[in-house]
Amino acid sequence: MLQQKKDIVEALQKQILLLQGVKPSGEGGVQDIGLPQICNAFPNGIFPSGAIHEFLGCNMEDAAASGGFITALMATLMRTGTNCIWISTKRTLYPASLNAFGISPDRLLFIDLKSEKDVLWATEEALKCSSIAVVVSELDEISFAQSRRLQLVVEKSRVTGFLIRRNAEKLSNTICVARWKITPLPSREIDDLPGLGFPNWHVALLKVRNGLPGSWNVSYLNGAFCEEIPQAEKQFIEEKRREAI
Amino acid sequence: MQKRYMSIWFSHLLTDWICLKRPQLKDKPVIFSIKLGNKIVVSAASRQAEELGINVGMPLADARAILPELEVLDDKLGRTARLLKALGTWCIRYSPIVGIDLPDGLMLEITGCTHLWGGEKSYLKEVVNRLRGAGYQVRAAISDTVATSWAVARFGKVSPIIAPGKHIDALLPLPSPALRLSELNLQKLSKLGLYRIGSFINMPASVLRRRFGEEIIERIRKAIGDMPDPITPIILPDPFSERLPSMEPINTRLGIEIAVEKLMNILCKRLQSEGKGLRQATLSCYRVDGKIIRVQIGTNQPSSNATHLLKLFGLKIGDIAPKMGIELFILDAQKVEDTQARQEAFWLQADNGGNREIAELIDRICGKVGENTIHRYLPQQHYWPERAIMAVTSLTLKPEIPWRSDKPRPVQLLGKPEEIEVTAPIPDYPPMVFRYRDKIHQVKKADGPERIEREWWLDAGEHRDYYSVEDELGKRYWLFRSGHYAGDKPSKWYLHGFFA
Repeated sequence: MLQQKKDIVEALQKQILLLQGVKPSGEGGVQDIGLPQICNAFPNGIFPSGAIHEFLGCNMEDAAASGGFITALMATLMRTGTNCIWISTKRTLYPASLNAFGISPDRLLFIDLKSEKDVLWATEEALKCSSIAVVVSELDEISFAQSRRLQLVVEKSRVTGFLIRRNAEKLSNTICVARWKITPLPSREIDDLPGLGFPNWHVALLKVRNGLPGSWNVSYLNGAFCEEIPQAEKQFIEEKRREAI
Repeated sequence: MQKRYMSIWFSHLLTDWICLKRPQLKDKPVIFSIKLGNKIVVSAASRQAEELGINVGMPLADARAILPELEVLDDKLGRTARLLKALGTWCIRYSPIVGIDLPDGLMLEITGCTHLWGGEKSYLKEVVNRLRGAGYQVRAAISDTVATSWAVARFGKVSPIIAPGKHIDALLPLPSPALRLSELNLQKLSKLGLYRIGSFINMPASVLRRRFGEEIIERIRKAIGDMPDPITPIILPDPFSERLPSMEPINTRLGIEIAVEKLMNILCKRLQSEGKGLRQATLSCYRVDGKIIRVQIGTNQPSSNATHLLKLFGLKIGDIAPKMGIELFILDAQKVEDTQARQEAFWLQADNGGNREIAELIDRICGKVGENTIHRYLPQQHYWPERAIMAVTSLTLKPEIPWRSDKPRPVQLLGKPEEIEVTAPIPDYPPMVFRYRDKIHQVKKADGPERIEREWWLDAGEHRDYYSVEDELGKRYWLFRSGHYAGDKPSKWYLHGFFA
């Protein structure tokens, strides 16, 4: 009897997810992004490609960390051989550095616009092109309605959109599947050698639609992510999981 | 500059043409007949027929009586004009201004053209020889005025080239029909015994006007160059241009959209059938109040995709103010290129459909926001970080040198390095503490220095010693000291970038 009820609830949950635009696994070319633990935070345990993600990059340091993390993510999403478009108004991203994160910078197309309004318009247009893998756009402000517009476009074209929010004060509710915050951590040392080590980030999922928020320490070495959960965080997640079950 | 005109006279245009088309008629007397009112007359006769006494204007029955075995062909109205237009279009190689001179000639304005053929003499020879070689019997003449050239080409006996300023002298001995007068006036002139132009050209205008009317005065003035005698030049039609007149003035957005769609569909069909793609097009809207509004679109790649091009126009329709209404739309494709099957991928693995889609996206963005918004970067052989990348407009260009990854480069690079305050041990240790925007950062880890020399052949200034540093919170920066340490004054430090 209990088993039966559980099955019904599961089936209903899946239906709700479908209605909310989350496609079940196997559809939309879900790739292994090399972050198994973070993926567990998402519904079905799959990184939602073909959706809108939001990154908080309010100061330059965070923007740099987000830039690195996003580039490495893009490299995995672009493995199938498609292109990426980067839309912004005041771009400081330095293309020559992206090679270190697994992307040949000449595969990126930068669109430098003057006004925020144009950025929104261009983002929507770019998201309509199903031959593009990822559209990254740097924005100060986006309203709920505007984000829903992007989400509707994406549901049709299955393009992944990353919004980098430059202004934390104008943060509003959006329809994005996830809100990430990437902050730099002391770099990962290699055998106690002096100098800077591999990039190391604190990756926090502040909001996940239908999933469990959490935070992880992720470093990037030898062209791949390497994740570990902070000790305190681990216990908390375990408790949450138990509650959920 | 003294204008120069060349008249070309095709003495037997129609019959020469039919002989070229049907070589078996060559060397035979051939005539064309046409029905005028209720009688059939000869409208053109070949040289052989003329030698046998058959003239243009003679009734066909008379011509048949003279020569029963005469070859008679039906003439069509407007055939001469069509033929002359084709010949005139061919003549545009000799001069940009070519006019049709009905019923049997062409008029070229050759000012400033003849030196390309080595003078007027060889120019004239070239034109005449080419036309004669093709099988037309032609005579040509060059002079200062249209009328003189016309007269000399048909009636001249001495030289076909009349030197500048000598055209009046050349006219004097010519017979009076050389002035292109009406039949009535010619009869009056011959009745009075004025057979040569020279015998009446110097008479007072009032005398001539009273007897022959305004026509003769006009002809004389044109011949001597006192009155402008314009040529109507043949204009080669813009090959890709479509027009749509509207029954009633259009002043709604929907109406304009429908008009553009109609025009675009016709144009794209033509482009596709000829294997062309549009690069630039202009829509001209003729308003009721006489104003013309033009909007232009451009594409990055030749395109004949009507929906895409319509989208580009859709972005511009807002700029069209119809006011009282638009009565005529003209769509011109100014720049058209051959579309080839795409053989080259934009990026390494991108498929064909994707290329087109991205090209169309770029067109839309460029069309709305303006040029110079789309950037792509390739590596450049420079160490100086600002110059290590090169912006390119092409979407297909591949990097010639590999991207470097041996030296660390920041993900975020400031356009202009910001000055910071630094405490650093000399001579070349990394900083211990630095202050950036009123915040103190303790350096925990550091790499460097990496000296980047300024390229003296490009600009002057100090070299930079770069350090990658990490503060106590794990934030990573790219700092540099400008130039060497100088003993007396503190050296300047800058923050240039942020590492991931």
